[in-house]
Amino acid sequence: MIDALWNLIGDDLPALQIAMPLLTATVCVIVRRPMLAWAVAMFNAWGAVVNASILLYRVWTRGTISYVEGGWPVPWGIELRIDLLNALVLLVVTSICAVVLVAVPRSIANEIPREKHYLFYATYLLCMTGLAGMTITGDAFNIFVFLEISSLSSYALISQGRTSRALTSAIQYLIMGTLGGTFILLGIGMLYMMTGTLNLVDMADQLALLGVNRTVLVAMACLGVGIGIKLAVFPLHTWLPNAYTYAPAVVTAFLAATATKVAYYVLVRFAFSVFRINLTLDGTHGGALLMTLGIAGMFAGSLVAIFQDNIKRMLAYSSVAQIGYMVVGLSLANEHGLTGGLVHVFNHAVTKCGLFLVLACVVLRMNSTRLSAFAGLGRRMPFTFAAFVLGGLSLIGVPLTVGFVSKWYLVLGALDAGLWPVAVLILLSSVLALIYIWRVVEVGYFTAPPEDADEVAEAPLSMLVSTWILIGGTLVFGVWTSLSAGVASAAARMLIGGVS
Amino acid sequence: MTAATAVGLAVAWPLIAVVWITVFSKRPNLRETGILLTGGSLFAIVAGVILPEVQAGGRPRMDLLEVLPGLELAFEVEPLGMLFGLVASGLWIVTTFYSIGYMRGHHEENQTRFYICFALAISGALGVAFAANVFTLFVFYEFITLTTYPLVTHAGTEKARKAGRMYLGILMGTSIAFLLLALVWTWLATGTTDFRPGGILAGKVEGTQLMILLALYAFGTGKAALMPFHRWLPAAMVAPTPVSALLHAVAVVKAGVFTVLKVVFYVFGIDLLAFTDASRWLTWVAAFTIIAASCVALGKDNLKARLAYSTISQLSYIVLGAAFATTAGVMGGGMHIVMHAFGKITLFFCAGAIMVGAHKTEVSEMDGLGRRMPLTFGAFLLGSLSVIGLPPMGGSWSKWFLMLGAAEAEQWVMMLVLMASSLLSIGYLMPVVVRGFFRPAPVEDGHGDHGSSGFHEAPLLCVLPPVATALGGIVLFFYAGDIWQLLTGMVP
Repeated sequence: MIDALWNLIGDDLPALQIAMPLLTATVCVIVRRPMLAWAVAMFNAWGAVVNASILLYRVWTRGTISYVEGGWPVPWGIELRIDLLNALVLLVVTSICAVVLVAVPRSIANEIPREKHYLFYATYLLCMTGLAGMTITGDAFNIFVFLEISSLSSYALISQGRTSRALTSAIQYLIMGTLGGTFILLGIGMLYMMTGTLNLVDMADQLALLGVNRTVLVAMACLGVGIGIKLAVFPLHTWLPNAYTYAPAVVTAFLAATATKVAYYVLVRFAFSVFRINLTLDGTHGGALLMTLGIAGMFAGSLVAIFQDNIKRMLAYSSVAQIGYMVVGLSLANEHGLTGGLVHVFNHAVTKCGLFLVLACVVLRMNSTRLSAFAGLGRRMPFTFAAFVLGGLSLIGVPLTVGFVSKWYLVLGALDAGLWPVAVLILLSSVLALIYIWRVVEVGYFTAPPEDADEVAEAPLSMLVSTWILIGGTLVFGVWTSLSAGVASAAARMLIGGVS
Repeated sequence: MTAATAVGLAVAWPLIAVVWITVFSKRPNLRETGILLTGGSLFAIVAGVILPEVQAGGRPRMDLLEVLPGLELAFEVEPLGMLFGLVASGLWIVTTFYSIGYMRGHHEENQTRFYICFALAISGALGVAFAANVFTLFVFYEFITLTTYPLVTHAGTEKARKAGRMYLGILMGTSIAFLLLALVWTWLATGTTDFRPGGILAGKVEGTQLMILLALYAFGTGKAALMPFHRWLPAAMVAPTPVSALLHAVAVVKAGVFTVLKVVFYVFGIDLLAFTDASRWLTWVAAFTIIAASCVALGKDNLKARLAYSTISQLSYIVLGAAFATTAGVMGGGMHIVMHAFGKITLFFCAGAIMVGAHKTEVSEMDGLGRRMPLTFGAFLLGSLSVIGLPPMGGSWSKWFLMLGAAEAEQWVMMLVLMASSLLSIGYLMPVVVRGFFRPAPVEDGHGDHGSSGFHEAPLLCVLPPVATALGGIVLFFYAGDIWQLLTGMVP
């Protein structure tokens, strides 16, 4: 039976990655009952994880997968193209989707009216469709299409937050995001004009023959700005803190670990596969620019985070800083640096998603994520708070957590490039992370809760489970690095090798 | 049991105590018996199984796993680590006895958490002692920092919180900013972080870079308390006295100087340093720390603060020994780890006993106290002699070998520094003893319920441990040769 099934769908796995969530999203709308919709979404999300794992395994053992949609041959038809780079990103996106979904019912019960739940699941799956599509498509225009699918659905998700600030944040993100999307479309349009193709591989070949001209440079600039907005590279990050702060807790956890990561993937794809590194980073001083912005983001994000009273906002600024690390890794343009950037996609997704889920638990029980709500939480919600401490240690980069693995490669990359001041700056900004994490830890363990505070129960099991899967992940993947660092370094070798 | 398995077992052994403490947290007697049994069996493993193997020239090794290419978690015991492991595990037993007396006598809260973190810190110290490479050492180094943080902030007061901030800020800050950088640099230059006799850096890193790398290691090891990164140690004195005694006089701080010794000997190699003179500057930093910290100690009235600054000064003896880049210097430094451990733990035990028995913390309040607490003050006298470096205490030998190291390196100024430091330590330690024994006790204002005559020692469990470690100091005077013998195994 399994063999029969395998013969039926074995080769269509890439397409299922997009088609399934799209289909189940509509199913959610039809079934309408919240728990049933949730079950449908769960089925789909965990199926996607299995699917992504199989794809990664196949790519690892047999090399790049090319899936031709509708049988139209490349470069005329649309291709789904999976190599080590996006197979890893796909696994991250689907896994985060699935794990967060476990915590969703209990968390949104508190934040979103029950009659809207089925719509929430439908939108969530649409967002997943968009993100998965962006990740695996081999077609430039498709990237834009899927980007818009994921963006529009994420605006809708963010606007579901409890306060009216959620609406303004969603609009702010919508305006910024649309600007970004427009820039990306412009860039792709210009490239199409110059090369006459939308297939990424074909486009890269044509560009190599064509050489540099002004249109290509402008296209590159447009793409850089557009993706930069979606990725929230400092100083294009202004939409991020509000969006993360006011969105429903699980939405923040989901988006923080996926949306910016996929944007980073698109940046890497264009920089290393389409334009080729020597053009993007050396020829235009793009490397120097990105490195400067990345470092500025590392410090600006961490410094602002230190002074936040709302912990959700604090973690949002921390994300700006962490994106800075990834950008610096890319800008180093050597094997270790790029490995650092890519492995940080994986590592930061696991860590930050775990931390935002901790906040989901806190907001559920305390109705607030202000620092004062954390008073005595070490005793009141011990499991939740212990998860925060471990996740925080990973952000700082303590050895045997995933944060250390990322930092190791990034510092190595910086030293490899002979840029020791960059190495020092990366480490110094980790010390800033120590400051903003520890002020919360201190309050959690040493500040007594107010006298008249009610008894608080530990977070519900479903939320603890998904939080601890991720926090456990920060420890497991901090020691067993074959999956994260192994694939990331192989992908980095492939990208750097494809260049020279 | 082979020595190799025993190594991994020893590092994990204190975790048994952790489980035991958690299970029997509500039954103090059972809880603490368990800790004592774990401590005793741990020492038996370290001294009974691993030590003979190392003495015979073996290097029991245990590989755990490779975290990243070339970054391996692994243990390997060589003489220096053997010595540190013996000291940490042996003194844990004594300290546990003392903790029982102190924590109960002082009515401390959260004793379960205290004992758990304590056991974890010991596990971390053994991990540092037995680490086979810089990476493993770094992992356990950070582990110690994190597990001792709850001990420093044990009281939970605002003062403890501030101290904790300083503790974590300096220790973790320096280790991330400098030590991790040094680790990455070492790996990049050599492709390994293994400790190897003769070092791994020769021919890989040269000139000024060698000095910078050494600086990253020396200052990155904040636990070695080199100035200007020493402030965390006095701050940590807010912790209960057993913590100050074992961790902030032995396990934690010695993990720091041990790291410096180990890196100098097994990563740089003393030949390389002696040849390039790259560690000359470090002797001056260490000398400055020795003298400056002693001078600060002279002015401290709080006994624990005075002892803390004395520790800072004494730790730099060991750094100095490493910086000489001579065999005698490194071995003298290794020996000083042991000798100072026994001396200083005695002094801290006594400070705690005085706190529990007489509720006094300031030196100026201790007039005449020696006649009421003769055992405590007698032990304090012996401990002081050891720290000063006078016979018949073990401390005299380590100072002798450090002098020898200075002579071998032809650094005559440093010999003067060592002598001056001895004089200074007489200056800050002896007044305590003199006040205790020879000054008359202040006239009690009416409600004194016990006269100045008659004994009033702290509970027995607080008094016997310092007496034991003080006597241990005398024993070490006679057995210093064996330690020397063990350390000579370092030189191939």
